[in-house]
Formats: sequence, structure tokens, C-alpha cells
Amino acid sequence: MQRSLADNHRPERRKRQFVTIKTMPYILLAPILTLFTLFYIYPIFYSFLLSFQTRIRGEYHYAGLSNYARMIEDPIFYKALGNSFLILVIQVPLMLTLAVLLAVVLNSPFMKFKGLFRIGYFTPVLTSLVAASVIFLLILNKDYGLLNYLLAKIGIQPIGWLSDGYWPLVTLIIVMTWRWTGYNMVILLAGLQNISEDLYEAASIDGASRVKQFFYITLPQLKPVLLVTFIMSTIGSFQLFDEPYTLTSGGPNNRTLTLTLYLYQNGFSYFDFGYASALTYAVVAIVAVLSLVQFKLAGDKD
Amino acid sequence: MKRKSTIVEQILLYLVLIIGLVITILPFYWMIIGATNRTGDVFRIPPTFVPGSYLLENLKHLNESILIWRSLFNSLFIAITYTLIGLLLCSAAGYAFAKFQFKGKNIFFTVLILSMMIPYQATIIPLFQMFAKLDLMNTYLAVILPQLVYVFPIFLMTQNMKAVPASLLEAARIDSAGEFYIFFRIVLPAMRPALAAVAIFLFNHQWNNFMWPLVIMNTKEMYTLPVALSTLAGQNSIDYGQAMLGTSISVLPVIVIFLFMQKHFVSGILGGAVKG
Repeated sequence: MQRSLADNHRPERRKRQFVTIKTMPYILLAPILTLFTLFYIYPIFYSFLLSFQTRIRGEYHYAGLSNYARMIEDPIFYKALGNSFLILVIQVPLMLTLAVLLAVVLNSPFMKFKGLFRIGYFTPVLTSLVAASVIFLLILNKDYGLLNYLLAKIGIQPIGWLSDGYWPLVTLIIVMTWRWTGYNMVILLAGLQNISEDLYEAASIDGASRVKQFFYITLPQLKPVLLVTFIMSTIGSFQLFDEPYTLTSGGPNNRTLTLTLYLYQNGFSYFDFGYASALTYAVVAIVAVLSLVQFKLAGDKD
Repeated sequence: MKRKSTIVEQILLYLVLIIGLVITILPFYWMIIGATNRTGDVFRIPPTFVPGSYLLENLKHLNESILIWRSLFNSLFIAITYTLIGLLLCSAAGYAFAKFQFKGKNIFFTVLILSMMIPYQATIIPLFQMFAKLDLMNTYLAVILPQLVYVFPIFLMTQNMKAVPASLLEAARIDSAGEFYIFFRIVLPAMRPALAAVAIFLFNHQWNNFMWPLVIMNTKEMYTLPVALSTLAGQNSIDYGQAMLGTSISVLPVIVIFLFMQKHFVSGILGGAVKG
């Protein structure tokens, strides 16, 4: 076997000096880096340029900061920004708390049916956001929905989940939490696997309660992974599009309008690519700043 | 030894977990109820709580509103092609990052990871213009190509590739095995669980992809499932029978695939866990 391998490959290797241990990594990376440059780097820079342009009679011309000036005075922009922040401040902590608790419980050695629970809690991740939204359209229907029917059983008046006051925003938060908690749970479970059992054993010998162990061992050890999920969720709340598009189209009165939905409307309903690109860069800037802040707060020493 | 929890604590814990699980699964059950009943039966007070016999009638209506089978084919074809190409790209990149020393390695890796922080919306308008100029609007290629740049699975693959023992590669090189032979015949087969996990990520990513196909696909024949479903939800009075059936058709295949591959999925994710 070994000899035949050698026989097969030695002459070939002499002829084709091109593929060597030195060139191989570049050959491996060439396809993805080409795609990355064409479909990521180039568009990112190009949309930055577009954000300084405006369309006059079908042609794009340099227009200085006019798109950004318009954005600063645009009340709808602030509405969308506020909605995205509300979702960030309420939905992300709610979801991550649930995900941490689930992960810790489903990682505990005493649990039975762990696999079943893990798969069960993960299944919503397998539905597309549009599909999830359509299902909730049925459940949250004001007059005939399952949820209002069940609430009526305990004497609660029907709630206009998709129409009244701030309920549409609550609806978004419910749908997002349903869809994403299991996803974060799996990532956190992976993080938990890397915490050494010795730490817990030492703590037990010292008489630390389970709650203390959670706060003094689990959470600090989980911090890097938790930071990753936090940053990904932050980005996600500013990218929020599929759910408001399907559930409410941003309404009523822009109460569920998100930044991404607003930039989509500007880009692909009004075909104002310049202004849409300026909105894009508002999202990029906010996400960059928030990620940095989260890194700083987490006090990463790397 | 850890303190054993009391029976009461245990029961409470399981109770909470089961209630949570019921809340998680109930929407799927309600989807099936909706798909097999008339909208009127689901909207009755009290509503029906058992599957009905209107599946075929709903299917007929669904086929009149959207091209459900065509959309299913579009979604499957795009997601499977994407997953296969993506697996090759991600594992090649992961192998390079994990098992080679070369100039530019750290820069490439850092740029890729940092790019995860830039929302993909930043690319969507220039990409739209690019594909319009190339006359590739409304094609599978336009949906697949830009999405191939998906960094998280590359990261996952890199973490997993670190587990390939260097001695294995050295032994193969001493035997004068070619680099491609090593990659395809030695490294990839050893990576099967990780590949399964990454495959699920890639498939799910493309299967759920909505904004980009919404922008690129502009005829019913080319709609993917999420785009087709969103047109159902956008109607003034939604026929929930067909909407829930359409949703079931988009949800159930993924759940079936996942159930088959879930063992690999968990170990692949855990193998890729960030090691301290």
C-alpha cells in the first residue's frame, strides 16, 4: 500500500511542482477569497461611494453629504432607529437569558431526556423567518387567533397583536424569541462543554451552592461564547427584515419599521440607491460601535 | 460530590421544561391544524384542535395562488447546489487556516472574521446593480453566488480542522502523497461529522434566505419558498388553509433532514467550540 502510493505520486510530484506544501494554502483559499473580494469587499466600498451620490435624470452624480443631511432630518429614520434599539434592549437580553438557562439545565449531568429537549427547543431554528411569521399571523389573529382564544378563557380581552398600540412590537419580540432562542442555546451548549469539570468539583468541595457555582464559575467561563452570541444578536436586531416585512410591513404607523426594512423600501420601492446606501452605512456604523462597546464592556484582554 | 437536588425541585424543573417545549412545538402543531382544515374551522369558536380532511382542497387553492411545487424545486435546487459548493469552499479554507503556515494567513483570517460584523445589507444594492448589468437577474446563479461568502461555517471548519493530527499529514507527505490527495482522501473523510454540521448550517442559511431572492427573483416561476409564502401573507384576506399548507411544505423537509443528521450536527458544533 505504502509503496504503491509512493510509486504513484513521486513522478507526478516532480513534474507538477506547482502544487506544493508552500502553494497549497493559497490554492485552497483562492476560490473563497476571489468570491469574497467580488461579492463582499467590492460592494461594501461601492455602496459607501453610492451614499455620497444622488440620482438626477436616471444618472448618479456626486452630491456630497446630502444623503446624510437628509437622514439626520428624517423623522422616519429616527422612528426606525428607535424600534431597532427597543428590540435590542428588550429582546436580546430576554432571549439570551432564556438560552443560557436552557443550555445550563440541558447540560447538567442529572438531566434525563436531554437529547429530546435539545432537539425540541432547536426545531424553530429550522423554519424560515417568513414561515415562522406566517404561522404567527394565524396564531395572533385578533378576532380568531389561537392566542386570543386561550386568553379569553382566562378572562383577558382580545389583543390586537398586529394592529394596536405597541403590541406589534411585542409580537415581533415574541416571534424572534421563539425563532432564535434554540439557536443561541446550541452555541452556548458548545461553550459549556469546554468548562472543566474540575472547577465544579473544587467548588462543591468548598461547599459552594449550585447558584453560586452558576454565577462564579459558569457565567465567567462562558463569557467569550456569550459575547459572541450577544454581538451576533445585536447585529441581528439591526438586520431585522423578514419578520416585520411579513407580519406588519413595518406598520401600523411605522411602529414596526426597522432600519433594514426602511433601507429596503428606499432602495427597492423608490429606487433611491443613494439614500438607501446612506441608511446602510448608518446600520454599519451603529453595529460597529455597539460591537466595540460590547468588547470593551466584556473586558477582553486579547 | 454535588448536592443531589430534591424530588420537588426536579419535578418543578421538568415541568417548566415541558411547558417551554409545548410552547415551542405548539406553533408547528397549529400549522398542521391550519393546513388540514378550512380557514373557517380554524376560526370557529371554539376552534378545531384536530387535523381535518381538507389537505387536498387546500393544496388545490394553494396551487392556484402560487406555484408551490415549482417554488419547492427552486428552493431545493438552490439550497443543495449552494451547500455542495459551500462545503468544498469552507473545508478548503478551514484546512488552509488550520493546517498550514503561510504569509498573509493572519491577515486573511482576521479580515474574514471582522467582515462578519458588517451587515450584509451593505452589499445588497451594489450586488443588485452588478447582477442587473450582467443580465443575471432572475437566475439561480444570482441567488447562489454572493451567498457563498458566508464566514461562520469557515470559522467552524477551521476549528474542527485543528483536530486533524499533524502526524497523519506528515506520514502522508513522507509517502509522497500529493497535496490534493491528502485533502480529498485523508482530511475530508476524517471530517465527516463537522461536514454534516456545516452542511446543515449552509442548507439552512440558503433555505431561509429571503431578502436577496426577493430582490433578484421577479417572476412566479423563479420564486423560492420564502418569497412565494410572503406573497400569500401579503394578500388582504389571507386564506390560512393554503398559507399553512405552504408553510408546512417549506418547514417539514428541513426538519426531516435535521432529524437524520442531528447526531453529527451536535458533535460537529461541539468539536468546533471555541477552545480557551
